[in-house]
Amino acid sequence: MAKYKMHVLICGGTGCKSSNSSDIVENFQKILAEKNLQDEVQVIKTGCFGFCEKGPIVKIMPDNTFYTQVKPEDVRNIVEEHIIKGRKVPGLLYVNPENKEHVSDSKHMGFYKKQLRIALRNCGFINPENIEEYIARDGYQALASVLEQNDPEATIELIKKSGLRGRGGAGFPTGMKWSLCRPNKADQKYMICNADEGDPGAFMDRSILEGDPHSIIEAMAIGGFCIDATKGLVYIRAEYPLAIHRLQVAIEQAREYGLLGKDIMGSGFDFDIELRYGAGAFVCGEETALIHSMEGKRGEPTFKPPFPAVEGYLGKPSNVNNVETLANIPVIINKGWEWFSSIGTEKSKGTKVFALAGQINNVGLIEVPMGTTLREVIYEIGGGIKGGKKFKAVQTGGPSGGCLTEKFLDTPIDYENLVAAGSMMGSGGMIVMDETSCMVSVAKFYLDFTVEESCGKCSPCRIGNKRLCEILDKITKGNGTMQDLDELKNLAKVIKDTALCGLGQTSPNPVLSTIDNFWDEYVAHVVDKKCPAGQCKALKQYVIDPEKCKGCTACARNCPVNAIHGTVKNPHEIDQSACIKCGTCYEKCKFNAISIK
Amino acid sequence: MDKIIVKMKKEVREKVVEICNSFNNQPGELINVLHKTQDFLGYLPAEVQELIAECLHIPTAKVYGVVSFYAFFTMTPKGKYPVSVCLGTACYVRGAEKILDAFKKELNLEVGQTSEDGLFSLNCLRCVGACGLAPVAMVGDKVYGRLTPADVKGIVDEYRNLEANA
Repeated sequence: MAKYKMHVLICGGTGCKSSNSSDIVENFQKILAEKNLQDEVQVIKTGCFGFCEKGPIVKIMPDNTFYTQVKPEDVRNIVEEHIIKGRKVPGLLYVNPENKEHVSDSKHMGFYKKQLRIALRNCGFINPENIEEYIARDGYQALASVLEQNDPEATIELIKKSGLRGRGGAGFPTGMKWSLCRPNKADQKYMICNADEGDPGAFMDRSILEGDPHSIIEAMAIGGFCIDATKGLVYIRAEYPLAIHRLQVAIEQAREYGLLGKDIMGSGFDFDIELRYGAGAFVCGEETALIHSMEGKRGEPTFKPPFPAVEGYLGKPSNVNNVETLANIPVIINKGWEWFSSIGTEKSKGTKVFALAGQINNVGLIEVPMGTTLREVIYEIGGGIKGGKKFKAVQTGGPSGGCLTEKFLDTPIDYENLVAAGSMMGSGGMIVMDETSCMVSVAKFYLDFTVEESCGKCSPCRIGNKRLCEILDKITKGNGTMQDLDELKNLAKVIKDTALCGLGQTSPNPVLSTIDNFWDEYVAHVVDKKCPAGQCKALKQYVIDPEKCKGCTACARNCPVNAIHGTVKNPHEIDQSACIKCGTCYEKCKFNAISIK
Repeated sequence: MDKIIVKMKKEVREKVVEICNSFNNQPGELINVLHKTQDFLGYLPAEVQELIAECLHIPTAKVYGVVSFYAFFTMTPKGKYPVSVCLGTACYVRGAEKILDAFKKELNLEVGQTSEDGLFSLNCLRCVGACGLAPVAMVGDKVYGRLTPADVKGIVDEYRNLEANA
């Protein structure tokens, strides 16, 4: 990178690409060429910077200027002012919401201050489609040292000591997983990367694959060497075309450089990677289901044991690791297990990436050391609740997790604490909700998802979740009884105890955690027939304010069920027993006389 | 059991056979075969599944079992402008349901349906990965972010005008 005086880094992640970052890249190239600067300023399309809320992001190096919400038409201004004259463009700088001052260096922004980026170390720094940029940032050095040392057991031991645990959700120690697979002899073994990110609202795996694909390739080769596998398989969602493309490019380049293929770096170790495509099934994140899907079958889980380490893909010993887990491996080897295990809490080491979303000011992808509290994440990094509203709950762990209330805000985040609080780490979705979210509807939203995604193999999940969903539906429609609430709790516990796989066993979590933490809200739906958040359509009441009503008859004429009575120029009234809550009167009233209660 | 009489164009038949051959007619490649076929045809009708089963020497029920299992595979053709509304959690808490309702009303379609003129189809999807722009909808490959129900008509009209001027 030395020959250029300046670098323009432009986010090419999915979020920024959706807001025209490709046009920004094009404009930079065009305008720089026009000014004859193309040999002095390099334009690089990077992976995700994480600060998706303020995208598209453009960063100018070496002065670290961080421009937010850049539009294609702003490019000329940046080139003429900043690149040529050296004056920052104030209108595009980040504004600190507290003191309204411009912040130009991302290091001083609240969003980045508390973060520690290990898995995301290269995202937003390098061009993911250029292997040399990865190598320049110590890429493939870990693989080289592992192969040179030629002692797989020692490498496994190092990973064990680092305390790295699976980032896909369950938190199984990664070194242990490798050591269970290594002794199983077979003519072919497989190192599998689980890139089937199915949790709606979590996109860390995708961002790593899009922003730093070589780290996954390197880690898979290291894993393959340790467990004695010569074939690597990445099971990736077909819905991630950009990640697939970048991974393919990276694999090709690694082959060209002799970092994949036969006799890697002259060590005698052969390893190559192929891609397998998922087709949209949440349950395929479960490793046995994933393996069945790779074999071309329905992605149904099977009972463990036998574990994949003994009988996996095509009946051969296989090891499955999540993308984020793998992204940590090369750094641990380069910097040592002591360094890694010094970060985090007693039982959860290192960092965790979260996709911070929902009713929060700074939506984006963040990485924090284990042990950071939810309050730090939501208020310091996330910038607090959108529109100054009141915090109500934070949902972690996706459809398998739970909703946590204010009393858990000071809980340090790690695997054990989140489970103890009634949620789980999961893959790292973190959805913040404000007072306008109805928790019964949220539970129903997740159950709808689980019902749709249940593979149907075991009846607790297939039938039980369907029943749970029906009861929740009944409650949100105002037809629930207290008996339904008991039923809900009992059934949820039965499903938790009896379902076959992780998906089924955790699927009632959203229901149980909302019952625990928001019991009053359930009771309000059932007894008072009211939705405190005003979200449940059937529980809304449309009321005409007689002071404001002019008696224009527009509402009565448009009501599809003739539920509105009154005479011309006199205040009208809604017959609540006949009202179907369609909202037509509310839309038609020109005098704002109709309100929702 | 009697076989379904295969009603499809010769070139479709040839292409599907070619796809199966390219994967050596291996039953283990079924999902890849289905991906390629759907890329080419846009959907996977019953007669195509029958043909794939024949090529890979597996029962049609098995092919159908896989097609119906995965959300990505569809047996109904999508519209020329497929509309997908994201119902991921991030979009849901920012009001994705209202966006979906607005599309339903504007297009006069239910989820999973395709308009009679074949122009629009309406579907839901789970997370585009653009949670910063929530709520989000896609038309084809184009992403529309930070939507309000009032934006919906404009988006649909954009494509209607495109069609009218074509």
